[in-house]
Amino acid sequence: MSERRKVVVTGLGAVTPLGVGARPLHADWAAGVCGIEDGAGRCTSFEPSEFLSTKEARRLDRVSQFAVVAADEALAQAGWEGESPYDPMRVGCIVATGIGGISTVETNHDAMRERGAARVSPLGIPMYMPNAPAAAVSMRHGLRGQMYGVVSACAGGAHALGAALRMIQYGDADAVVAGGSEATLTEFGFACFNALQALSETGISRPFDARRDGFVMGEGAGLVVLEEREAALARGATILGELAGYGSTSDAHHLTAPDPAGATAAQAITLALTDAGERPEDLSYINAHGTSTELNDAAETVAIKLALGEEQAKRIPVSSTKSAIGHLLGAAGAVEAVATIEVLDTRIVPPTLGYEVPDPELDLDYVPGEARPLLPGSDPTRPSVALSNSFAFGGHNVALVIRAPTPAG
Amino acid sequence: MPTVDKEQVQERVVEALASFGPDADQITLAATFEELDIDSLDLVELAQIVEDEYGVVLKGEDMKELKTVGDAVDLIAARAR
Repeated sequence: MSERRKVVVTGLGAVTPLGVGARPLHADWAAGVCGIEDGAGRCTSFEPSEFLSTKEARRLDRVSQFAVVAADEALAQAGWEGESPYDPMRVGCIVATGIGGISTVETNHDAMRERGAARVSPLGIPMYMPNAPAAAVSMRHGLRGQMYGVVSACAGGAHALGAALRMIQYGDADAVVAGGSEATLTEFGFACFNALQALSETGISRPFDARRDGFVMGEGAGLVVLEEREAALARGATILGELAGYGSTSDAHHLTAPDPAGATAAQAITLALTDAGERPEDLSYINAHGTSTELNDAAETVAIKLALGEEQAKRIPVSSTKSAIGHLLGAAGAVEAVATIEVLDTRIVPPTLGYEVPDPELDLDYVPGEARPLLPGSDPTRPSVALSNSFAFGGHNVALVIRAPTPAG
Repeated sequence: MPTVDKEQVQERVVEALASFGPDADQITLAATFEELDIDSLDLVELAQIVEDEYGVVLKGEDMKELKTVGDAVDLIAARAR
């Protein structure tokens, strides 16, 4: 097989509880700002009319609105300026969501109960279908290659990036706009997650802390522009990072609980590192899935140690973006990839906010307290490398390996 | 059912269409749905509003014939009588 095409990141976009934008996501998190209020990570500063016409806004569920606004930012950063530098048929679009347009489901279900089946909106299905965010991004930007949604709960955003990586590597596309979006902060959304006893009763997201008591639900989107490296360089694009490796496995263990043995999650990490041609010694940072649930944070710690070995696992700083924005479900993996790329770019590792009381079983360096500088890997002449983990209800495990564009120097 | 004034129908149709996106002042009787970027999904919503308001049932085949705002107003007013 000929050498694989390399895939680089040229644009980042995010809508999160820390605001609209990829930069505030990392900068505010690194500064210790937490976007969680009253037990939820709401995108309170997001105002659809700032970005969308009346027609666009009323035809897009909040989940698609987030995706579109994040894609706008990512494509603007990539310098596409409304026109694709590639044949549009060679540009793909993959956007994950865990749940889809749940508020549209609720509104239309209410309409049906109150006013009859003939009064549900014709916009119901097109607004709540789980591929709606992908379709909205594709339509808005005229992306005419392969386009679809990805459904794997809280690993969806990471799966979307993995699928996009393969699409470009295989040659099916020269660029892909990929990520995830979620907007489940509705009465029904909270009711369902509460019934699972998955949400934090204290409303505090403190991954890996001994006092952790569940996740805090958040909303938002993360989108990236991925391009084939040679084509991106040829058009003079600014390279923000390289999506270098992808690994994915399944637990086949339990519908909601992770396999505590961690072997399948560890295998996803090993596959991603191998895919990227990197070793544990090369890693400078791990962006953990780190949900703040009892089970995830324990299983993830076990998996990291299994995959990297005790010594390396304990050397590498591990922090969780969910400590600052909560758990964005199907958007989480993509938003956290965005944050990881910002970590490599700024060389600042944000802390796991709220981590104060160590759990004796969880013995990695979870970056307590304050942000710190990113340390180079074992070979400082090579670009820094980071890992981003995502796990999900259903037993999905995804690991992404991301490389900085250039050595630290 | 009381007779429906065509002007009232026009007012209601313009209000409904404006809520779908186009500026109210663009929505003249002569304006085409194409010009206003009003598509088949919008027309189904319009039909639901019209049925609630005037008891007029507009089916897909009725809507297909409509090209302008005036066409819609005429049809609804005629059926509502």
